[in-house]
Amino acid sequence: MPKKTQHRPPKWALSFFRWYCQPDYLEDLEGDLRERFAKRTAEQGIKYAKRNFTLDVFLLFRPGLIRSFPMRINIFNHAMFKNNIKIAWRGMLKHRGKALINIGGLALGMSVALIIGLWINEELSHDGYFTQKDRIAQIYRSSTRNGSIDISAFIPLPLERTLRENYENQFKYLVMSSWTMQRFLKYNETDIPRQGNFMQSAAPKLLNLKIVKGELDGLREINSIMLNESTSLALFGDEEPIGKVIKVDAKYDMMVTAVYEDIPFNTSFKDLTFVMPWKHYESNNAWVQGNLDNWSANSFQLFAQLADKVTIHNATNVVENTIKNVNQDFAEFDTKIFMFPMTDWYLRSNFEDGQQVGGRIKNVWLFGVIGIFVLFLACINFMNLSTAQSEKRAREVGIRKSIGSQRSQLIQQFLGESFLVTLFAFIIAVVVVLLSLNAFNHIAEKQIEFPWVDIRFWVSSLTFILLTTFISGSYPSLYLSSFKPVKVLKGTFKAGRYAVLPRKVLVVVQFTVSVSFIIGTVIVMQQINHAQNRPLGYNEKGLVQIPTFSRDFIGKTDLMRTEFINTGAVVDMATSSAPTTDIWSVQSGFDWDGKPEGFQESIAWTAVSPEYAKTLQMDIIEGRDFSRDRASDSLGVLINEAAVKYMGLKNPIGQLIRDSNLDDPTPPLKIIGVVKDMVAQSPYQSVLQGMYVFDRYGIINYYYLRLNPNQSASNSLAAIERVFTKHFPTIPFQYQFVDEEYGRKFAAEKQIGVLIGVFAILAIIISCLGLFGLTSFVAEQRTKEIGIRKVLGATVFSMWNMLSKDFLKLVAISCLIAVPISYFIMNDWLMAYQYRTVLKWWIFVLAVLGAFLLTLLTVSYQALRAARLNPEKSLRTE
Amino acid sequence: MSKHHLGEFEEVVLLTVAILHDEAYGVAIINEMEKRLDRKVSIGSLQTVLRRLEKKGHLSSKFGEATKIRGGKRKRYFALTSYGRRILEVTKEQRLALWKAIPNMDFKNGYA
Repeated sequence: MPKKTQHRPPKWALSFFRWYCQPDYLEDLEGDLRERFAKRTAEQGIKYAKRNFTLDVFLLFRPGLIRSFPMRINIFNHAMFKNNIKIAWRGMLKHRGKALINIGGLALGMSVALIIGLWINEELSHDGYFTQKDRIAQIYRSSTRNGSIDISAFIPLPLERTLRENYENQFKYLVMSSWTMQRFLKYNETDIPRQGNFMQSAAPKLLNLKIVKGELDGLREINSIMLNESTSLALFGDEEPIGKVIKVDAKYDMMVTAVYEDIPFNTSFKDLTFVMPWKHYESNNAWVQGNLDNWSANSFQLFAQLADKVTIHNATNVVENTIKNVNQDFAEFDTKIFMFPMTDWYLRSNFEDGQQVGGRIKNVWLFGVIGIFVLFLACINFMNLSTAQSEKRAREVGIRKSIGSQRSQLIQQFLGESFLVTLFAFIIAVVVVLLSLNAFNHIAEKQIEFPWVDIRFWVSSLTFILLTTFISGSYPSLYLSSFKPVKVLKGTFKAGRYAVLPRKVLVVVQFTVSVSFIIGTVIVMQQINHAQNRPLGYNEKGLVQIPTFSRDFIGKTDLMRTEFINTGAVVDMATSSAPTTDIWSVQSGFDWDGKPEGFQESIAWTAVSPEYAKTLQMDIIEGRDFSRDRASDSLGVLINEAAVKYMGLKNPIGQLIRDSNLDDPTPPLKIIGVVKDMVAQSPYQSVLQGMYVFDRYGIINYYYLRLNPNQSASNSLAAIERVFTKHFPTIPFQYQFVDEEYGRKFAAEKQIGVLIGVFAILAIIISCLGLFGLTSFVAEQRTKEIGIRKVLGATVFSMWNMLSKDFLKLVAISCLIAVPISYFIMNDWLMAYQYRTVLKWWIFVLAVLGAFLLTLLTVSYQALRAARLNPEKSLRTE
Repeated sequence: MSKHHLGEFEEVVLLTVAILHDEAYGVAIINEMEKRLDRKVSIGSLQTVLRRLEKKGHLSSKFGEATKIRGGKRKRYFALTSYGRRILEVTKEQRLALWKAIPNMDFKNGYA
């Protein structure tokens, strides 16, 4: 006879059931459970039966069926609770100074943590406005040159059509877009500059724009325009905007078809205040039309929303080789395209050799860590002061225990006290945050509002309060409640060495963090300074640029130059195809003698008028500048030092460069001069190899005007504007100071530097507050000792020395730990910059000295007070 | 307000116990209810209601036999008390009175 295996219900569930079940019901309920289990095993299998057995056990776990648990202590004892609060309150009033340090320090730490928390939330919720955020991607292009991979958001125009034709099933929407540019919008007498894009008609659907008036499909007609609410309000006021015709750039008549809700600041499309049809852009810009079939002109953006069920990864895999497949020329560069998801646009937008390497997310981590540290420092203060005071409260604990307090009650009491302090601190912190949010928004360039109505905020705040209560209150409450009443009351209790040690360790931790913060801040500031003082290779001061994108400027350069110079406001004028603060064109297809075989060159290319170097006051280190008098200079080219090295030229002057990009490559370009490297892109990177060619083509995107140094800038600008409006009455006069434009490159780093600096200062204040509290405690405790020593002949100085020495020792240890740690971290940080400062030893010395000085100042106040006390007084008290 | 108020679930449980007569114990009640009413009945809610009704005096219970399949545990049979029976009847009367009070009983013609 085969042995029938007996299936058993899960053991732990059964014992759990037996534990909680009301004893009267236990037998029949367990029987029911087993019966159901047996039936289920027979009908649906053992697995199903076991799962449902457990489920049943949990379903039975409810009032009415569970036994009553005898509570040994009543947690919600009202009177006790009230009493605890009263005692805590009285304690605070009695030790006002310490309570102030506690609450103040904690409030400071919490404010920092709160602000950082709000900031991180803002960063992480970037682009959250777009409901399809995880379905939207921008199409990026990667290509390999000389073994290194370049990533670019610029794509060629025919790509869109090809993707649409070949891979339609991958995409829900494909939207071609121009870069965000400024246009002047005019209705009646109102003429305002606004930022916006030209986009294909699916754009409103892709971005899920919230239409306030008009239709979602508002880009069908070539002369239509969609405005955001504030632009519409600025143009039309109370008038009905739909159907109105506005003039764009004093040239085109566009009809308003829709008004959409303003896209919030916290998004990648915050500047999209209008959208015009792509078709309009195409048909009114000859150069765009000329590029319809050009796979080499990478000047456009392409956005996509994926078809349902297609993942970013899959779509990338499918379309990856589109460019190579269509045009064999790109096989050489292994040109690929990929979907760059919107979720990464803001936080993870950095690429290094084709690999995504983070971006702003690093700052999120950095500040997250800083916030936690600062809060932790504040918690340490609380722990230290409470344990330091413990000897005073030891008697209280002893009496409470002998009357019958249980340990859990004491723990509860001390946790309650720390909760009270934390709550106070939180309320103050909220006030501080409210007061400083504006300033913070200003520095961080954010528009963060205090989330009064956000449930998530309050829930996390509560968690945060409880956590802080627990972190800062756990140690004192566990420690204090462990005292033996007999010892304490007999008076033999002395917190031994082991009690002081953790306190010392915590002080060391505090100062290690603080000193590291100081060192970090100084090095960040140094690096920024270093980059700011970098020689630019031209004189950016007193230089004004005027954008000249319109076709109206063609052929007027010489006239304008003479007119400008005649005003006396301008010393010289030059034109350029790109701004001095950026590189707009990096080209290949050059050939020169001695070029290594298979070298895939890429050289920054700028077309300039002959006065460019002179106007910018660039240094010519070899050869000569362009000259208008030599006709041959129209085939001349200036190269920079980096290019000399890059091209491997021994004697650059007179060398010929053949440019296969030109229709007629026969007359080669001749190098007539070498200029000093000019910092055009990031001040932290090395200068790219570049050439400045004589502008034979009329590619004039900027005027550069060297202001007369003997005239005030405002007078000069007024004169320039008069001339400008005389010749271009329909074009609004716009200008930028080059030094200001260049200064913008430091904005991001400066912002982080300032923020880290502020947080570092707060961290130090908090640490010093704690130290101050500790010293006052120690001084108080040793009052008698000091009195006796003084009676025996000790000097004030020796007393001060005795009290300060202990703390200085701790700070010295902190410095020993902080210096190597910060050295490694900051060294690593600096390595990310090509143009960087060297770590100087005096920074570390300075930081250490600063820490010592601060400690001395903090400690001395209390130490001297104690040391100067009249021994008669201190010895008489008892 | 009648103090004999019964919840819907309570009423259904009482009725099922009545239907099962001598066979009304936990598992049987669940099976019967699931079969007749075509709805899922959780063991937790059923048992809570049974014990509550017992406390209120609508039901009485006594231990029955033990079986091997039940791990040697006895069944607890529930039975309607006379009080429980009366409550059920009162509830039924109240429902009927309500039905009768509806002005037009002819649903098919009177209501859309």
